[in-house]
Amino acid sequence: MLKMTNFIDIIFEPLQFEFMRNALIIIVFLGVLCAVTGSFLIVQRMGLLGDVIAHAVLPGLAIAFYLGIDIFLGAFISGIFSTLIIAWIKEESKIKIDVAMALVFSGFLALGIMLITLLKSRIDLHSFLFGDILVVTVTDVLRTLIITFFILTFIKLFYKELLFYTFNPLGAQAVGLPVKWLNLMLISAITLTIIASMQGVGVVLVVSLLIAPNITAYLLVKELHQMMILGAVFGSISGVIGIYLSYYLNVPSGASIVLVASILFLLALLFSPTQGILTRPEMLYKFRHIFRIKIKN
Amino acid sequence: MLEVKHLVVNYRGLMAVDNISFCLVPGEVVGIIGPNGAGKSTLLMAILGLIPLEKGIVQFHSRTLSTQLKQVAYIPQRVQIDWDYPITVENVAMMARIRHTGLFRSYSRQSKLIVKNALERVGMWELKHHPIGELSGGQQQRVFLAQALAQEANLFLFDEPFVGVDKKTEAMLFDVFDELKSEGKILLVVGHELRETTREYDRFLLINKTLIADGTRQEVITATNIQKAYGDNVIFLEGNAKND
Repeated sequence: MLKMTNFIDIIFEPLQFEFMRNALIIIVFLGVLCAVTGSFLIVQRMGLLGDVIAHAVLPGLAIAFYLGIDIFLGAFISGIFSTLIIAWIKEESKIKIDVAMALVFSGFLALGIMLITLLKSRIDLHSFLFGDILVVTVTDVLRTLIITFFILTFIKLFYKELLFYTFNPLGAQAVGLPVKWLNLMLISAITLTIIASMQGVGVVLVVSLLIAPNITAYLLVKELHQMMILGAVFGSISGVIGIYLSYYLNVPSGASIVLVASILFLLALLFSPTQGILTRPEMLYKFRHIFRIKIKN
Repeated sequence: MLEVKHLVVNYRGLMAVDNISFCLVPGEVVGIIGPNGAGKSTLLMAILGLIPLEKGIVQFHSRTLSTQLKQVAYIPQRVQIDWDYPITVENVAMMARIRHTGLFRSYSRQSKLIVKNALERVGMWELKHHPIGELSGGQQQRVFLAQALAQEANLFLFDEPFVGVDKKTEAMLFDVFDELKSEGKILLVVGHELRETTREYDRFLLINKTLIADGTRQEVITATNIQKAYGDNVIFLEGNAKND
């Protein structure tokens, strides 16, 4: 396959399969969605929270599955609940938020695994953790489309309030913005993003989509909305390239998406015009400085 | 008039603010001084209702302050802000107009003009498209000063505004204080060290959990009061104020 010389064919050949079309559509939506919600996580220094929620949905999945209700509802409640516990631990004790997150993360995952065993649930842990974008159905695509539309509308409507709240939470509270609601809305948006991504990329890899494309963008732009737009482009591109790589090289799709996103980040880290390690303005001076010290020694 | 009555704040079982009462009138610039951990910032946050009160009332013009927060401009401590946040100078200052604008709307032309004037007042309009992370400490503080001005508030609460700023910004802050004072605003400023507490303030509140002294510089900065607030480890120089 790789020897195919015609570039157009390389692009279009996989599109004859429905599972490839579904996978590509859903990953573009997820790229956009994760950019918007993930950017808010990053600017609040809450990158780990995506990780926590992604794993904390498991007990909810298990219970909902057992009770026969919509598993996504169970996942949503469970994810939100985990963030409330983190906030509660932080408020009521001297324990810092990073430790609280690590604790809740592993605690919820353990509870989920326990419930799956005890309730003899048929939830496939492997697909929960790693997903499989090549088995997404039209229903999955539609669900993701609705969630994406819903969250983008919400963020657009409350953008200036969310910007204020995430930049200066105390200041936002001081002018009387409803900060508790804004926070709950953000957490709900992140939880919904994770639920939308679960089937496709799995909970382990959704964390990468929430973070990698957006920090890549963060190194290149100077405003939050630009970070979201560029992050969406990077996320979607990583997704599409990852899926093609997975198709042609016969490697796991989730892993290749994450690797492409990580490589893009590495490129920005090294070569960003303003902040790149090798390209930022003061680097030339630094290189000279290091060189001079070496000569002296 | 700002009335603070019997304010008590408990923080995780520790008394942070213990029964503080005072009353400020329009046109007063008041410095809050006291040692580290005396509860100065906590007092500001308690006044604004940012932390739960154990007891006490805060009223502004005879009505509960928390119902009229639009009247208040609050500048938090530098450490509360993530200076690497991807945002430009102009957009930070624009936040001042959020309550005047309301939900689901974008900032009006008038709001943009007010923000422009405020940024010009502090000499930051030329840098309006710069990310705040690229500014010096003094410039960053001036952006927040512009934000406070653009809020068109009547009560100004500054938490350690002089930390990490240059002489130019310091002078500008005092200029603005004078201006606001002449417009009849009330200013409550948490000081960082006693050095700043010079002629610029009308009145001082010396606190260490409780209110130790309240009055003019001569009345507050005395050997006895300073010792009460700071303990025995402070060397008090006679030349600074009259001994009582």
